[in-house]
Amino acid sequence: MNDGIFKPESIPMLALGYRFQWEPAQDCHVLLYPEGMVKLNGPAAEILKRIDDKKQTVAELIAELKVAFGGVDLDDDVYQFLEEAYGNDWIRKQ
Amino acid sequence: MATTGSENNKAPGSTGGTNGMNVRDAIRQPLWLLAELTYSCPLQCPYCSNPMDFAAVKSELTTEQWLSVFRQAREMGATQLGLSGGEPLARPDLIELIREARKMGFYINLITSGVGLNADKVAEFKEAGLDHIQVSFQASSEELNNLIAGTDAFQHKIEMARAVKANGYPMVLCFVTHRQNIDQIDEILDLAINLEADYVELATTQYYGWAMHNRDQLLPLKEQLERAEAIAHRYQDEQKGNMKIYYVVPDYYEDRPKACMNGWGNVFLTVAPDGTALPCHAARELPGMELPNVRDMSIREIWEGSNDFNRFRGFDWMQEPCRSCDERFKDFGGCRCQAYMLTGDPAKTDPVCSKSPDHHLILEAIERGRMEAAKPAAEAKPLVFRNPKNSKEICGL
Repeated sequence: MNDGIFKPESIPMLALGYRFQWEPAQDCHVLLYPEGMVKLNGPAAEILKRIDDKKQTVAELIAELKVAFGGVDLDDDVYQFLEEAYGNDWIRKQ
Repeated sequence: MATTGSENNKAPGSTGGTNGMNVRDAIRQPLWLLAELTYSCPLQCPYCSNPMDFAAVKSELTTEQWLSVFRQAREMGATQLGLSGGEPLARPDLIELIREARKMGFYINLITSGVGLNADKVAEFKEAGLDHIQVSFQASSEELNNLIAGTDAFQHKIEMARAVKANGYPMVLCFVTHRQNIDQIDEILDLAINLEADYVELATTQYYGWAMHNRDQLLPLKEQLERAEAIAHRYQDEQKGNMKIYYVVPDYYEDRPKACMNGWGNVFLTVAPDGTALPCHAARELPGMELPNVRDMSIREIWEGSNDFNRFRGFDWMQEPCRSCDERFKDFGGCRCQAYMLTGDPAKTDPVCSKSPDHHLILEAIERGRMEAAKPAAEAKPLVFRNPKNSKEICGL
């Protein structure tokens, strides 16, 4: 289904030194890291929130998202985001 | 599903990153608070960017005053807090400042020489919520390092770099390069590999304060830079996936200025040890500054209303060639302090820009460095070390 870094059984984690939090002044979730900040849009925040909350596999994370968002097919979007986030050094694999 | 709408606000002088900001005229939030907690420092680095007259500053903000500064900046939207100095570890209340700042939601960066640090303290800082420690090194070899720093701090720094990593922080090492150590860049990088550093910043000396005073002795030669750059790129390739290496070219050798502070009064707020609020840490030396103090005014009043912060905000203050230049939205005309130090007028185009009519001043400075470097050691001007004695002598305090 994908040839990327992340497989259904992979456990994504925030990269060392990265922090996920809600920023009232920005009115959005952000990732904070040494000397920088990334503002996140809604979907990115939903994924990263679940990575930040607990250790779980990509498959579990997707299942959780499906429950939260009425069963829509979002597998490809999640994998695509994870690869992008990994490429940006925001997340790592356990 | 779209992925991210991201904005990356890097602090001036920091590594990498892009600046996706659109500034124009609106007053933005101070995203970055640099708290220079103290001018006390056990080192005497001649490339320090602290003001020459730092010894005149007698009274530092109290713990409560710092916490009030943090709270106000946080309420205005600041997310990044830099704790620096001097040496921030010289403040006995550092742990309390970290703990409270973290409760407020800051991402906290400690910028330290590692002198005064021990493994227990690193663990305590971690527990208190410190996010990031950057340990700065003067050079790679113990002898050179001790010479440049004026103490035998080197072995200790290595131990501290290891303690930082052992506590689950990424190891971020910063080496400030200049003419006297840039030829050791391969040794510097080998040391970093040996220490299993995660990030290495090969920062260039910024010519403000003490570094400006010592510029003729510190400015690297062009051939030194070419060699250093080639070596840095080779290590970058070899270390891909292991260690990230940031290599910064001194702006004297660029033909466009740096986007200093991402624009004056745009995202960056410095508070000096005595409570003076500054748009950048070198701005105290500019003429005509009113130097508002956080003891007398709120951060909001200073940020939004003070003459200092509005003085070079936006683009209306610019002279030609900046005024009509498309690149002004990218580089904001460069550095006001550099324009002043070199031309005497802080509103001029940064002379680093090859479009500046004052660009020859940069070329002349490079040439003076070259002539100084060619002198036999006995005739060379000695480096002036940053310490209270020299500060008082030079500034007549």
